[in-house]
Amino acid sequence: MTAYLAPRMLDAGEAALTVEFGDSVDSAINARVLALDAALRAAPPPGVLETVPTYRSLTIHYEPLILPRAALAARVTELAANGGAATPVSGAVWTLPCCYAPPLAEDIIEAASVLGLSAQDVAQRHAQTTFRAYMYGFAPGWCYLGGLPESLATPRRASPRGPTPPGAVLIGGGLSLIGADPMPTGWYVLGRTPERLFSAGRPQNFLIEPGDTVRFAPIDPDAFAALEARVAAGEIVARREAP
Amino acid sequence: MSARLLIRAAGPGASLQDPGRRGWLRFGVTPAGPMDAAAFAISNAAAGAPPGAVAIEIGLGGLEITAEGETVGIALAGSDFAARLDDAPLPSAFVAPLAPGQRLVIRAGALGAWCYLAPFAEIDTPLVMGSRATHWRSGLGGLGGRMLAAGDALPLVRRRTPPAAVFALTAPALARRDGPLRLLPGPQDDYFAPEAFEALFGAEWRVGARSDRMAYRLEGPPLAHAKGADIVSDGATMGAIQVPGDGAPLVLMADRQPTGGYPKIAHVITADLPALAQLRPGETLRFTPATHEEAVAARREQAERIARGVELTPLRREASTEILLGENLIGGVVDATGDMEREPRD
Repeated sequence: MTAYLAPRMLDAGEAALTVEFGDSVDSAINARVLALDAALRAAPPPGVLETVPTYRSLTIHYEPLILPRAALAARVTELAANGGAATPVSGAVWTLPCCYAPPLAEDIIEAASVLGLSAQDVAQRHAQTTFRAYMYGFAPGWCYLGGLPESLATPRRASPRGPTPPGAVLIGGGLSLIGADPMPTGWYVLGRTPERLFSAGRPQNFLIEPGDTVRFAPIDPDAFAALEARVAAGEIVARREAP
Repeated sequence: MSARLLIRAAGPGASLQDPGRRGWLRFGVTPAGPMDAAAFAISNAAAGAPPGAVAIEIGLGGLEITAEGETVGIALAGSDFAARLDDAPLPSAFVAPLAPGQRLVIRAGALGAWCYLAPFAEIDTPLVMGSRATHWRSGLGGLGGRMLAAGDALPLVRRRTPPAAVFALTAPALARRDGPLRLLPGPQDDYFAPEAFEALFGAEWRVGARSDRMAYRLEGPPLAHAKGADIVSDGATMGAIQVPGDGAPLVLMADRQPTGGYPKIAHVITADLPALAQLRPGETLRFTPATHEEAVAARREQAERIARGVELTPLRREASTEILLGENLIGGVVDATGDMEREPRD
């Protein structure tokens, strides 16, 4: 991994500044991203519109007619030097129920054969992992997780599979991912969670904050069906523990 | 009596848009919003609507609408679309009363890819996470999260007095920009060889056939990477020129994903995005480099052009401008009959 001594400030057009802390997927780099994000959100300078944390950078959308680039860059430098100030990130611990049994686990047998493991082994190793939510991307509520064991790292498919089922739990490259609404993907569906990471109609549209810890609790298909019905009725079945 | 707009026919590409769903990028939510933000703002200004109001974005597939219940004022702005009110041709940008029984037909014209229809009323669709903008890929906003289709009915509330007659609309913000589009290099300009910049700024580019609200594909010489075509995904904004492994650039547009894993060589500056958006597949363009200062200056000029509002010209000498002047919708009215083929029918 490479973490930079001082963050790089890169223009993404004249109204967005990408503050880059390193060039790899790494929890220490991501922690610096989230610290700057939290500091900016705690006291947003006038003209900052929205911040977008990703693995190794924070993209700050701003109005340059209100906040000149130089003033924003100076503020970012100051906050980054303070390690993002004392503003804590959420840091909650989530436990999501997950069914790793086919046919709900649509690709687990295929993934196991690519990895040279049994499907049971794959499920067990995934469920024993403590993940870190790095970022969202791709589609609403699609949450990328770091911490995947080396033994589950797999190249992505050569061509994408069809739309994922709702609540798909996936692996691809060195990462895991929780899908929300169905989308085609080059990753493997290892299992499904009955929880919805995104719902436009719920007061809490999204559950997990970037930086949170995520674990999966294996459930059987009957438990999945029961929990799915409760989620459909508006309940949140994932367990959240405050840090 | 309540009024509605009825969609009689809709080509692909017609959708309800407001300025976009802001504040949710961090959770993977695409803002959506208009392809041509300047024309969108002008249509709302001409309809006396606030800047955040919903308008109908119309693509090359066109749209046919009627009004139900009451006469509804309509403003249309964008580029050179061909509009007809029943059998009478209208200017490509106008305000007009649409009476029940009349049919407004909007078709692609000589130039341009998008136009905006703003009613003199609020389109009453549900607010979804702070916005009414349609993002059909994630099924958010608009009418049930989808594009408009024949048979749709748009309920209107808080109707404003419709214009008394048809007026041609002009606006400084609708002026077409000639010349190359300006690019601000970065954020991954260091991922490209010097030849890539020579090609980017030297070549004539063609808008590819598979261009849509998500991205405009550019056809031209391949842009050579210097450090590979994969980056650790980072934030992506409208106007970003992303270059995948095949070297064929694409410009991310209103329905882009919020993050991307390909290097972005440069961004089309915001002031030039409307000119890009209005290009059709097959049309050509060139790029020229700009500095951040130049991009901000152009942004300020564009904001000033939008703030100068619209000018309305009556199509008939006897048309009254009192209502429009009374609502302070126009900065100036030129008394000219224009060069319309025919007068609009009553």
